[in-house]
Amino acid sequence: MTIIGLIIVLSTGALLIYATVDFPVWADPASPASLHLSPHFIERTMEETSVPNIVTAVLADYRGYDTMYETTVIFSAGVACFILLRVLLREEPGERLYRHVLTGVTVRVKKGAKLPPSADFERIDALWAPHDLIVKTICRFLIPFIQLFALYVIAHGHHSPGGGFQGGVILGASVILLAISHDLRTAVQRMREKVDALLCATGVFIYAGTGALCLLLGLNFLDYSALASVLRVDPLTARSHGILSV
Amino acid sequence: MGDLIQIVVAKYNYWIYITLMMIGLYAMIVKNNLVKKIVGMNIFQTAIILYYVSTGAKKGATIPILEHGHDGHGAGAHMVHAVDYINPLPHVLMLTAIVVSVATLGVALALAIRIYNRYNTLEEDEILAQIREK
Repeated sequence: MTIIGLIIVLSTGALLIYATVDFPVWADPASPASLHLSPHFIERTMEETSVPNIVTAVLADYRGYDTMYETTVIFSAGVACFILLRVLLREEPGERLYRHVLTGVTVRVKKGAKLPPSADFERIDALWAPHDLIVKTICRFLIPFIQLFALYVIAHGHHSPGGGFQGGVILGASVILLAISHDLRTAVQRMREKVDALLCATGVFIYAGTGALCLLLGLNFLDYSALASVLRVDPLTARSHGILSV
Repeated sequence: MGDLIQIVVAKYNYWIYITLMMIGLYAMIVKNNLVKKIVGMNIFQTAIILYYVSTGAKKGATIPILEHGHDGHGAGAHMVHAVDYINPLPHVLMLTAIVVSVATLGVALALAIRIYNRYNTLEEDEILAQIREK
């Protein structure tokens, strides 16, 4: 198996390197990729959409239909993960274990009995990780700043690198940091599964809703100039605001 | 010989990405562990993304964010030359590709978790042996 794999990989690599003889030289301004459509985008973005970030303008305005289905792809991948990893009926185990945080004493509680909820006892089960003061404190300080930065990246996508996808990734990473540093139970308490699912659906809905609004106002789907009448600005700024909303 | 050196210097970026692609392909085919195969798939996708972004580079040009900010709306206050900015189209298309690769990675890892719960192992040959026993 190893030898077959090695032969396949080496022959494919040799074929591909042989094919690069015809490729344009690296960083050539006259390469075919940069000649036909991209000068139009670079030169006309400012006067047509008033958004300096060309990548955001192309992604959300000139090719906004593509990005809408992109959002749908992420949504369906999220739904697939949700279905795969869901635990349907979690029955109560026969006895539960609680651990006193300060002294490390473990208390066994039989089924049906209750321990008064307090911060001194934490629940031990398959989702528990040992208590580590340094990691927990640092992550508790950092997570609000990470989320603030994520919101900044989303909102400032017009003038600096960034935009919706990138800010969303940072926001998701902050939730994962909470799950890794504390245990999974804390993260699920902070961000419940139902809230999660609702947020996913709302994202797709806002995108498609903006497109449909433009359709209702008389122009083509996702043609943001139509928003000019709703927002009472000139069509160019309307395109910029349309990009922000998606 | 001088010709070969010239070809290498001009196109070495393609060769680097092809090497990375082949490393990912090797991991997908040869490795036994499922998680290693998934990581190989991710390396392959990353190599393709980097390759496309590198085709948009231009010598001496800057990032595709227009420099003068938002001075004049629609007046075309400054003339923008396409030579000064790198090609934004590969970046746009590769944003979509990055998102697709993240989505496939997530679903693949979720499937690996379920396979582990069912067969109690992540090695491909042991899983195949358990299936053949049924």
